[in-house]
Amino acid sequence: MEATSAASDVLRRYALTIGDTSLILAQRLGEWIGHAPALEEDLALANIALDLLGQARYLLSHAAQLQGGGTEDDLAFLRDPQDFLNLSLVEQPNGDFGETIVRQFLIDAWQLELFERLQQSSEPKLAELAAKAIKETRYHFRFSSGWMVRLGDGTEESHRRVQTALDALWRFTHEMFVASPVEQEAAALGIGPDPASLAAGWASRVEEVLQEATLKRPADVAYSWHGKRGQHSEHLSRLLAEMQIMQRTYPGAQW
Amino acid sequence: MVAASPVEREVWRLLADVPDPEIPILNVIELGVVRYVRDEQERGIAVGVSPTYTGCPATEVIQASIKARLQNAGFSTVHVDTVLAPPWTSDWLTESAREKLREYGIAPPAESVDSPRRLWSEPTVSCPRCSSKQTERVSEFASTPCKALYRCTSCLEPFEYFKCI
Repeated sequence: MEATSAASDVLRRYALTIGDTSLILAQRLGEWIGHAPALEEDLALANIALDLLGQARYLLSHAAQLQGGGTEDDLAFLRDPQDFLNLSLVEQPNGDFGETIVRQFLIDAWQLELFERLQQSSEPKLAELAAKAIKETRYHFRFSSGWMVRLGDGTEESHRRVQTALDALWRFTHEMFVASPVEQEAAALGIGPDPASLAAGWASRVEEVLQEATLKRPADVAYSWHGKRGQHSEHLSRLLAEMQIMQRTYPGAQW
Repeated sequence: MVAASPVEREVWRLLADVPDPEIPILNVIELGVVRYVRDEQERGIAVGVSPTYTGCPATEVIQASIKARLQNAGFSTVHVDTVLAPPWTSDWLTESAREKLREYGIAPPAESVDSPRRLWSEPTVSCPRCSSKQTERVSEFASTPCKALYRCTSCLEPFEYFKCI
């Protein structure tokens, strides 16, 4: 019995780890609505955000069930920053359109690797979600790769901006492949892949596009951020302040 | 496979009245999202529904409409289960759905999702208005998650394309 409840707690925290990454990125992309450079890009970012929000809802609902009380909404709107387990990369501010695209591209490539492997999860709920989500992620990756090439191999100005964004965001990618305690336990139970095993596939996807985009792969930085352990930059607090204000101010408010 | 009971057949018939909220010319059966109808003694009527896209906001409307339609017809206890596996695919659109989409001005999926070339080469999408194959993609995404935006270079009309997924 105890073994079962320990495993279910690992599953709960693992679902939050990947669900929070989708949720926070969805919120960031939502900030673009009404502000993107063209209507088509506005729609694209909103659509990608919606897919990510769908993933997050599914995972947070599952986590809420496992903790035996509360709902997906409680987890999204009433948790404090240190209880969020998302990758540090996704809480980084949008910057300009190029910076948003670079962030998206790095995450899309990672999600492709993750969902590919997660389809073999010992946990049917995660395997099912991965099989569903990977189909959408392929579209996201095609969109973000297309823009990487257009901007990287575009004008002098667009190239400069995207390279600058890549240089600035690269240091957050190391975290994708360093297991947090939750991910270590999940890997031991067959719930999720060992993050380190995603690195090679991710790098080859990314490098192929960077080459076509005439962009330089920045040097790796050994320092790892720890968003997955609940250690966040101040950017997450500000993001949550906006995302959570309605439910914090008027608990239980509905449309 | 157990043959559908008269009650289950009646439920299937009623579901043909439930439209997709975003593409109302299609009903939920034509959209291929209804996975099963079961007359379960303890639970009442159970309907399995798959979301087209994980975050599609129409999913909740569809679930509510199914409940409302069946309850109006006298089924007091109705459960709608979300079925994720196997994931919904545009291959499940019925033949009549494809024809209706075209008449409505939306190009239906151009090829099966099983086609290995699908994501790395552009499928030829025919203009739903003039049937020209001279079309170009304007954007991967459009007004709903399931569609992309295209333009016909023959008749110059923009149109939406139901993506293969």
